[in-house]
Amino acid sequence: MNAPLRRVGVVVIVLFGMLFANLNWIQAYKADEYRTSDYNGRVQVAEYERRRGNIEAGGTALAVSKETDGELRFLRTYPGGAKYAHVLGYKPVNLADTGIERSENDFLAGTSDQLIANRIKDMFTGDRTAGGNVLLTLSRRAQDVAYDQMRTNNRGVSKGAAIAIDPKTGAVQALVSMPSFDPNPLASHSTSEASKAYNELEQDPQRPLRNRALAEVLPPGSTFKMVVAAAALENGIGKDTNIPAGPSYTPPTSGEAITNAVPSICPQSEVTLMRAVTDSCNTGFAKLGVQLGPDVIKEKARQFGFEQEDLTVGRLGEGGQPVAASRTGDMQNPDGGADPAALAQSSIGQRDVRMSPLEGAMIAAAVANQGSQMRPYLVRQLLGPDRTTVYDPAQPRELRRSVSREVAADLRDMMVSVVENGTGRNSRINGYTVGGKTGTAQSAPDRPDHGWFIGFAIDSNGEPVSAVCVLLEEAGSGGSAEAARISGQIMRAVIADRGGR
Amino acid sequence: MTAAATPATSPANAGERSGVRLARSRRNAELSLLLLAMALVAAYGAMVEANVLDTVTPTFWVPAAALTAVFLGMHLVIRFLAPFADPALLPAVALLNGLGVGFLHRLDLARSAPEERVDMATFAGTGGRQLAWTLISVILAAGLLALMRDHRSISRYAYTLGLAGIVLVMLPAVLPASISEINGAKLWVRIGSFSIQPGEFAKLALLVFFAYYLVRKREVLSLASHRFLGIDFPRGRDLGPVLVVWVISLLVLIFEKDLGTSLLYFGMFVATVYIATERVSWLLIGLVLFFGGAYLAYVLGEAVGGPFANFYVRAEIWLDPFAEPYDSGYQLVQGLLALGTGGMFGAGPGGGQPLLLPEVQNDFIFAGLGEEIGLFGLSALLVIYLLIVERGLRAAIAVRDSFGKLLAGGLAFTLALQVFVIVGGISGLIPLTGQTTPFLSAGGSSLMANWLLVAVLLRVSDAGRRPVTGVGGKVNRPSGGPPEQLHGAPTEVIKP
Repeated sequence: MNAPLRRVGVVVIVLFGMLFANLNWIQAYKADEYRTSDYNGRVQVAEYERRRGNIEAGGTALAVSKETDGELRFLRTYPGGAKYAHVLGYKPVNLADTGIERSENDFLAGTSDQLIANRIKDMFTGDRTAGGNVLLTLSRRAQDVAYDQMRTNNRGVSKGAAIAIDPKTGAVQALVSMPSFDPNPLASHSTSEASKAYNELEQDPQRPLRNRALAEVLPPGSTFKMVVAAAALENGIGKDTNIPAGPSYTPPTSGEAITNAVPSICPQSEVTLMRAVTDSCNTGFAKLGVQLGPDVIKEKARQFGFEQEDLTVGRLGEGGQPVAASRTGDMQNPDGGADPAALAQSSIGQRDVRMSPLEGAMIAAAVANQGSQMRPYLVRQLLGPDRTTVYDPAQPRELRRSVSREVAADLRDMMVSVVENGTGRNSRINGYTVGGKTGTAQSAPDRPDHGWFIGFAIDSNGEPVSAVCVLLEEAGSGGSAEAARISGQIMRAVIADRGGR
Repeated sequence: MTAAATPATSPANAGERSGVRLARSRRNAELSLLLLAMALVAAYGAMVEANVLDTVTPTFWVPAAALTAVFLGMHLVIRFLAPFADPALLPAVALLNGLGVGFLHRLDLARSAPEERVDMATFAGTGGRQLAWTLISVILAAGLLALMRDHRSISRYAYTLGLAGIVLVMLPAVLPASISEINGAKLWVRIGSFSIQPGEFAKLALLVFFAYYLVRKREVLSLASHRFLGIDFPRGRDLGPVLVVWVISLLVLIFEKDLGTSLLYFGMFVATVYIATERVSWLLIGLVLFFGGAYLAYVLGEAVGGPFANFYVRAEIWLDPFAEPYDSGYQLVQGLLALGTGGMFGAGPGGGQPLLLPEVQNDFIFAGLGEEIGLFGLSALLVIYLLIVERGLRAAIAVRDSFGKLLAGGLAFTLALQVFVIVGGISGLIPLTGQTTPFLSAGGSSLMANWLLVAVLLRVSDAGRRPVTGVGGKVNRPSGGPPEQLHGAPTEVIKP
C-alpha cells in the first residue's frame, strides 16, 4: 500500500500548490486592486484614524472633525449646517464626497504630496497628525446675508442661486444655492442613517443637492444684453448712438413679434444704446443683434466666458468643482446662413442661450474690472497641520480679457445708469457706485419667468469691490427687482466685512 | 530537521542497545524545535502588543510560557510513551496552536476597550479560552497515547466507532434547530453556553471504521470485473459501501447545510479506498460521484431550491463574489480584501483590522492572519501544514501493518483536505464551506479532535520508526508480525 500512499502525498502537494498559487494571485497580483477597493472598509478606517483638517473661512471653522469612541475615530461635522453645504460639500463614509471636501480631499486627509514632510515626521514620532487645513475666500458676512436673503426672499421663491466674486481677484465672496441641505446626517458613521438622508435629498423634486450657482444653466434674459451691447460698442456704435427700436419687431423670416416688457419702454423708432440698456429695450437689442450677426455675438459671448467647458472653481488653476458651460446656442439656419428670428431672440437672452449664475457674476466682474476677467477661485490658501506652514497662497490670475478698457468703461456707465435710472434701483448702496442689469427670462410657456440680476459695486476710489449674480427661478414678475435687491444686500455685506473700505 | 540529536538512550528502550542498528529517537530534536516554536509564539505575542497597545507589557510572555509548559508536558509523555515518534509533529502542531492562541488574543485586544487592554487576564476572552482548550486537548491526547499503546488495539472497537461516527454526524441534523443551528449551519450541539461540533469527532471515529473495514475487504474491492476505457471497474455490489457513505455525506450536506463536511467525509473515504485497493478506478468513481452530486445539488438548488438552495447560493457567490458585495458575498469579499490588503508582507502582527471580517475567529482566521502576516507568513503556515501531512503519510509508509497504514494515511489526507477546503474556500479557489482551520480556529471540539488525530499519528509513527530487532521483545511487538486482521477476516467468496 506504499505506492498509493506516495501518490496521495503527491496529491497533497498538488492541492497545497494550488492554494499557494491562488494566494499569490490574491496577495501579490490582485493586492492593489483589493487594497483600494471601494468595498474595503480598511481604507476607510485608516482614513478616519487621522484627524481630517478644517475647512475655514474668515477665521471660523466650517468643517471640523470630532473625536468619537466608535470604530471610525473622527466624525466630520459641519457647524454651519445648510448655509455652506454647496461650497464645502460633504465627506460621507459610504457615498461619494463632494465640494471642497472632494477637491481638497488629499490635503484635508493628510495624504497630499505637499504634506510628505509631515508624514515622514509621523513615521518617527509614531503620531498620526491631523490633515492640512483649507482656508476659503468666502466672506462669512456676505454668505450669511446671501443665504438669509435668498431663503426669505420677498417673492417666496424656493429655488435659485446667489454668487458674489471679487472682480479684481476672482475670489468667491459668497455662494448660495437654494434649496440647501444639512450635510451633517450625510457624514454620519451610521451608513444606514447616511444613506437614508441621502436618498431623501436625492429624491426631493427641488433637487437640493444640486449646486445651482455653478451647475445650473438657464436662459439669462436681458442680462445677456450686456454681451450684445459690448459687441455693438466694438462695432462702431457709441453709447449715445441711436439704434432702431419701436414697440414691436418682427424678424424677417419669422412671424413671431418681439415686444417690450411694457408699452412705455422705447416706443419711439430710435433710442440711444444707453437708453436701450437702462430701460431694457427688447426691440432695440433684437434689431441690434440681427444687425451685428451671429458670429459677432457668439464671439463676444465667448470672450466673456461662454462655451468654456473646463472651468472649475476651487484652488486657483487646478481642481475644484466643475462649472457648467454657458451656451449661446444655435442662431443659424440649416443652410448655414443667419437665422434672423433666432438671432433676434438670442440677443435678448432667450431661445437657446443658457447662462450659469457664476457666468453672470463673471460678466459683471469683467465690466467692473476694466474688461479683465479674473479666474474665479474658492481656496485662499492651504495651511499645514501645524497651522504655520502655508502652502499655495492664491495668486490671482487673469482668465481672459473680455473687452477693452474703453468698452468696459462704456458698459460700466450703462450698467450704472440701469441702477440709477432704470430697472436695477433696488441694488443701490450709499457711497458706492453700483451698476447692474436685470433680466427676466421666460422659462416655459406655462411657468413663471426667472428673475436675474448681475451687478457690481465700485468704491469712491474707483476700485471694484464685488460683482454679483442672483437668480430666482420661476419668480414671476418682479423677480428681477427682488434679485437686484438681494444683490445690493450681498454687496453691502461684502463692503461691511472689509471694514467699509 | 537539522537539529542535533543524540541516539536514543532512554530507559524504555534499554533493550535496543543490542539491536541490529542504532535507533535514533530524535527526542532532543523535538525538544529544540518545540522551544524554537514557542520562542516564535512569544515573539508574535510581543509584536501584537507593540502594534495594538503601542507598548509591550511586562507580561507578554505569559501565554507563550503557559503553552510551553503544556507542550513540554506532552514532550515528556512522548519521550516515555512513544519514544520513536516523529519529532517534527509536536513542534509543528504546537507552533500552529500557539499562533492561533496568539491571534485570538489579538482579536480580544482589538475588541476590548482601551483601558481594559493592558491588564487582560491570561485565560480571559477567546484567546484565553483557546489556551484552556489547548491544555485540555493536550491532556486528552497524552491520555490517548497512554491508553493506546498499540494503534491496532483500537481496531477492536471499529464497528462501535463507526456507528458512533454516524450517530455523531447525524445528531445535529435530527436535533431541533434551537440547539443545533449557529449561523445557518446545523452542525452543533449546544448545552447552555457550551457548544460542541460532534462532526469533528465523527471524523476520527469514521476513519477508524473505514480503515478496519477496508483492510478486511480490500481483496474483494480490488477485484476487477469490468474493464472499460482501460480502467478496471469493480462490480456493482462492491460499490455498495461507497454509495452508502456518499449518500450519507449528501444527507449531511442537505440537512446540516454543510458542503465542507460532506466533502471531507467523502474525500476521506475515497482516499482510504484508493490506498487500500491501489486501484485508480475508485478515484475516478469517487470524483464522478462527487462532482455529479455537487452539480446536481447546484442544478436542483436553482430549480427547486429548498434544501439545495444554500448550496446554489454558495456556488453563485464563488462564481462572482463581487456580485452582491454587501449581501450574500460579503464574507468572501471581505476575506479577499483582507488577504489583498495584507499583500506580500502583511501589515504586521496586530497591524491589520481583522474585526472587519465576519467569523474571523473561526472560518476566516486564515484571512485575518493573512492581512497581518502577508503572503510570506501564510506560505510558511501552509508549509507547516504540509509538513504535518507529509510526516503523517511518512508514518503510514513506515508502519508495517495495513490497518496502521490506512489509519495514518487517511488521517493525514483528511487533515490536508480540511486545510484545502477552508483555505481554498476563503481565498475563492473553491466554493466557501464552513470548516475550521486545524489548530488555529477558535473552538474546543476542533482543537480536541485534531490533537487526538495528532496522538494517533504519533502512535503510528512511533510504531513505524521503531527499529525491527527480530528479537521479538515486548518493545517491538506493535510493529512486528504480519497484519493478523487480514488472515482472520471473513473475506467474501467470489464466484467467478
